[in-house]
Amino acid sequence: MRRGRTARRVASLVSLGFFIVLTACAQNAPQDTFHNLGGPVARKELNLSTPVFLVAAIIFFLVEGALVYATIRFRARSDRDVPVQVHGNRVLEVTWTLIPAVILAAIAVPTIGTIFSLASTPSGPNVVRVDLTARQWWWEYKYPDLGVVTANEMHIPLGKNVAIKLRSVDVIHSFWVPRLAGKQDVIPGRTNDLYFSADKAGTYLGQCAEFCALSHANMRLRVIAEPQAKFDAWVQQQKADAIAPTGGDAAHGMDLLLKNQCIFCHTIRGTQAAGKVGPDLTHVAGRMTFAGATFDFTTDNLIKWVSDAPAMKPGAKMGRGLADYHLTPDDVRAIVAYLESLK
Amino acid sequence: MDAAIETRPGVFKRPTATTGAWSWFSTVDHKKIGILYGATAILFFVVGGIEALLIRLQLAKPDGNVLSPSAYNQAFTMHGITMIFLVVMPLGAAFANYLLPLMIGARDVAFPRLNAFSYWVFALAGIFIYSSFFLGGAPNGGWFGYAPLSTKAFSPGHNMDFYALGLLILGVASTASAVNLLVTVVNMRAPGMSLMRMPVFVWMVFVVQFLLVFALPVLTVGLIQLIFDRLMGTNFFNATKGGDPLLWQHLFWLFGHPEVYILILPAMGIVSEVLPTFSRKPLFGYPVVVFSGIAIGFMGWGVWAHHMFATGLGPVANSAFAVSTMFIAVPTGVKVFNWTATMWGGSLRLKTPMLFSIGFVTMFIIGGLSGVTHAVVPSDYQQTDTYYIVAHFHYVLFGGAMFGLFSGVYYWWPKVFGKLLNERVGKLHFWLMLIGFNLTFAPFHILGLQGMVRRTYTYPKGRGWDGWNFVSTVGAFVIALSLLVFFYNVIVTRRRGAVAGNDPWDARTIEWTTSSPPPEYNFAEIPVIHSVDDFWHRKYVEDKEGRLVRVPSGGADEEEHDRGSGVTDGHGDDHHAIHMPSPSYFPLLAAIGMPIFAYGLIYSRILIAAGALIMLTGLYGWALEPGSE
Repeated sequence: MRRGRTARRVASLVSLGFFIVLTACAQNAPQDTFHNLGGPVARKELNLSTPVFLVAAIIFFLVEGALVYATIRFRARSDRDVPVQVHGNRVLEVTWTLIPAVILAAIAVPTIGTIFSLASTPSGPNVVRVDLTARQWWWEYKYPDLGVVTANEMHIPLGKNVAIKLRSVDVIHSFWVPRLAGKQDVIPGRTNDLYFSADKAGTYLGQCAEFCALSHANMRLRVIAEPQAKFDAWVQQQKADAIAPTGGDAAHGMDLLLKNQCIFCHTIRGTQAAGKVGPDLTHVAGRMTFAGATFDFTTDNLIKWVSDAPAMKPGAKMGRGLADYHLTPDDVRAIVAYLESLK
Repeated sequence: MDAAIETRPGVFKRPTATTGAWSWFSTVDHKKIGILYGATAILFFVVGGIEALLIRLQLAKPDGNVLSPSAYNQAFTMHGITMIFLVVMPLGAAFANYLLPLMIGARDVAFPRLNAFSYWVFALAGIFIYSSFFLGGAPNGGWFGYAPLSTKAFSPGHNMDFYALGLLILGVASTASAVNLLVTVVNMRAPGMSLMRMPVFVWMVFVVQFLLVFALPVLTVGLIQLIFDRLMGTNFFNATKGGDPLLWQHLFWLFGHPEVYILILPAMGIVSEVLPTFSRKPLFGYPVVVFSGIAIGFMGWGVWAHHMFATGLGPVANSAFAVSTMFIAVPTGVKVFNWTATMWGGSLRLKTPMLFSIGFVTMFIIGGLSGVTHAVVPSDYQQTDTYYIVAHFHYVLFGGAMFGLFSGVYYWWPKVFGKLLNERVGKLHFWLMLIGFNLTFAPFHILGLQGMVRRTYTYPKGRGWDGWNFVSTVGAFVIALSLLVFFYNVIVTRRRGAVAGNDPWDARTIEWTTSSPPPEYNFAEIPVIHSVDDFWHRKYVEDKEGRLVRVPSGGADEEEHDRGSGVTDGHGDDHHAIHMPSPSYFPLLAAIGMPIFAYGLIYSRILIAAGALIMLTGLYGWALEPGSE
């Protein structure tokens, strides 16, 4: 009688726990590896994970159940209890060695299959090639066949495979867009490969997954998957040189930018700014974010950034506009106006 | 002999005291050294715990600003270094040092002064690493110290010098200790104690020492290359000059994975002692449990690249390491099944040590199962470097190793200090710790699968991570509270704890035959061993149905049995005539030279010379003084 009530209580507690976990998982998590996946690579990885998790859950309940049962069932009633002295059992030992081995072998087969199927990088004219360079703390994407260079926000056409060559110029990073594909480390001195494709349009969030010092947390990225026509239009726009503003703050800002040290690090095609250290700014205003996809591309954020970048992003290699480059707040506003014109 | 001592100059006077504060600096008694290891490790546990609390405060909500990014990087790096090298490893060493000679019926370890040296090198290396906080900043490149981030070009401060040199010195301590314990087990077992009569704890410690002896040199090679790169401008890990950053990862994890078993096997040994004692049944499948431990020790060498699945090793290597990683789960599972079977049909006395051991098994199962999910390489592409991994190894190293070690603390406390830790407070400690542990680390599974990356000092709003991070921070403080309860227990027990007697748990192994705490010489007469769980079989026999029958008129008969079979080693009953090694300052002196030498490598050549001189003086003095006077 009493035992039944306890069991019911335990059961309701357990189901309550499950409910809490499930609701927690269902909340909006844009880097979730389990829900709303955007492409076949991530799905292939999930399709392998799900049955493994199920098997693990079953084993978990069986073994923990046996332990908890044993703990409750075999409690000493008195100090004088003398249990039967069992030293072992050969059949049992062989059984519980073989059963896990068989289960693991069963998991190993599809695992190896998926490893090899993910390792065969697609090629051909229908593949979008991207050369990725990781730096502390942002990403550069070059599309060698399309003549496009951009940073942090990668545009890809829906349904096409994107084959990425990953290189690092400083320390080890790891490229990760959870809803599209698992991680690929980016290691100096090596070229690694990663491919994925998206079959759902949208903006996919990601970030660097290998510790890379001070602003590791601020090395984020986005992948924007869009229909082919939209992607083609984006490419056309990206290929064009920057258009010089004809007057107002923006023109003044362009002057200031080109006279200052900005040009040693940044490229703005169509001007003499041709630095290769920082992100290409030719179409920077076409991005939603900046500085490792960390900050929204807004006037306020840009003013803060140009005034004092390291204060916003620890370790940022760009100097402080006010203190190091001796810009006035008005200069900063003008430069920001120019940046905002670089659509 | 007294006259000879008096004629020496002051500082070189041979220490003789075996009690009092100063005796701790010159002791060569394995029991005192064990206590020193334990106390130092607990101290570092508190420090590493404070670092953990700071990390959790910082991450309690998005865009936290409790720590600066630089302070955060130091905190998580030092938390890892501390918990692995300065807490779990030395706690294992503490138990091994104190118990191993007692459990095999020896009077001390094989090389008592080397033992003291190991401890002092460890303690001073810990202080050396922590001194970096006051000398410009602690290590900040992660406990794994991945090159090239850890090289001078990307970590120009001294932070990572302290990392590389500190770990190198710690390696000396562990290697010396490992050699010592290996020789002890091989050569100093009591008569009759064949290998397959050794307690499982001794077996697991024995396996761990082999792992240490073989794994540490691999780390040492990597560390020396890193130090050369940092201090002398070599290019082992510099890709722009033809070096290879992945070389570091291979070396580090070839050490690092056996290291995981170095951390967990002693706890598994403890659990294998506690479960039978409190179930009043022998360990189910003793030879299988021992063999599983050995198998884990071997297989632990073939799985290191599962830390590197995302580095681009290629499908063949990834498949091979996936399979080896999966199959290391087999002997691990076998152990869990045997522990469960040990409890099955027993008469379980749920005292605090038993609760912690059951806690170990239940939590370790979770860590083991999540470990198998990492072995599924394509899943690991998603999981690696996320909080899912952090959840996994905390279930193994905290839910596993620390619960096991606390089980050992409660189990052997009465043997070491003569008083039983309070049961009610102990149970409160256990339940708080179990709840706090799961509150802290269970949410990490979900956070990781929701894409939360490790080692980030902050995270933005809108990623869906806020709630579980907050829960986890609350859990961390519940763990802290449980530790306060433990320390309260220690104080209460010291003041008015119940006197333990020789054998408070009705235990199975021979360390419980001697007094609590044991005399300096451990056993008045070296015991003769007739079976596994020898002490138990002196107290009980089994009838035809396998039922226990207490040996009639236990105590008296026991002693007679003891005396009848004891080996007297020529000293008869005169305990004071037992020959024990004399205390010595030289191990401490030799150890002091090491961190000074290391400071010298960072700061000045004079210190190198001074450190070397002190070390040599210590070693010469050590070599020239007789083992005992």
